[in-house]
Amino acid sequence: MAAAPSGMKGFYVTLGVVAVAGLAFLGWQLSKKRNISIPANVVVLPADTAGFRGYLLGSDSAPVEITEYADYECPFCADFDIVTFPDVRTRLIETGLVRWRYRDMPLQMHPFARVAAHAAACADEQGKFWPMHTLLYQGQTDWARGGAAGHFEKYAELAGLDVDKYKDCMTSARYAGRIEASYQEAVALGVNSTPTFLIAGRLYEPLSYDQFKHLVDSLIAVKRAQ
Amino acid sequence: MKYRMAAAVLALAGVILAAYLYLFKLGLIGTLACGTGSCETVQLSRWSRFLGVEVSLIGLLGYVALLVVAVIATKPALELVRWPSRWLAVLSGIGTLFAVYLTALELFVIHAICRWCVGSAVIITLIFIASLLDLRRLRGASG
Repeated sequence: MAAAPSGMKGFYVTLGVVAVAGLAFLGWQLSKKRNISIPANVVVLPADTAGFRGYLLGSDSAPVEITEYADYECPFCADFDIVTFPDVRTRLIETGLVRWRYRDMPLQMHPFARVAAHAAACADEQGKFWPMHTLLYQGQTDWARGGAAGHFEKYAELAGLDVDKYKDCMTSARYAGRIEASYQEAVALGVNSTPTFLIAGRLYEPLSYDQFKHLVDSLIAVKRAQ
Repeated sequence: MKYRMAAAVLALAGVILAAYLYLFKLGLIGTLACGTGSCETVQLSRWSRFLGVEVSLIGLLGYVALLVVAVIATKPALELVRWPSRWLAVLSGIGTLFAVYLTALELFVIHAICRWCVGSAVIITLIFIASLLDLRRLRGASG
């Protein structure tokens, strides 16, 4: 019979070495993930918001501006962004009828919402806000369960960001004040759920594409009549 | 016996590799260590799930099963027993076919190659070869 005892010993030693090396590798990979949190209780400084009105999309001369107050961890915001916004973008924004303004309103109940908003802000720093914005909403069901920072790093890479710069930006938390300012703006306007849309001075809950279109057409008609 | 030992060591390597990819899908690992960057394209594609289950989880469970069978098969008392080798051949054969399917997806559908997936395909193929060589050894021993 059989393998000599020394052969078995060598086998178990080899298994042990592979197991230890593998566990060390996995441990190293897990420890590399930095746990980032973005504080909510920050004092908003003038420099945080200087020259920044929100993330803008569309022509400056568009006759209608729509401001969206949204939370990346809110399922209704994700539904809107995935289902309705593509139509709004191609048929209202890209046709010059609407300028879109996106503002963060990270709700307290969502533990990763501010981190997500900050990830989008860091992407904006590299001119990739909208690709990152889309990835964050598309992946919401993945990252909202945990490990958000790790998922966001993947999205940063997929969006074509310089990942090292992105990581530095996230670690610095330098947009925490800007996000808080955006949140306070929404609260001051009376926004109490997300997504909420500010159109011509009035707040609206989520609308369908047809409802947006109808509203925009009406506002344009009123402007022309004036 | 050396083929079974080789299969056990390879299966353990497969467990670690599949665990790494599954931890990535769980969002517990920031980015995959992948030189070309195509790993994440593959891992985040819709083909990273098979019948609603993460492919990396299927791989992890498959390698754990192979590891258990291979380690049991190295018991000296089972050296001339066929069933462990048959189980190894069946499990790794299914795994190899699955790896061929996944590699074809990478090459012809996703158009991106994940090095970790290639590594897994090589491991499962080697386990399959080892199990076939072990079956041949047993035929020689009985003949």
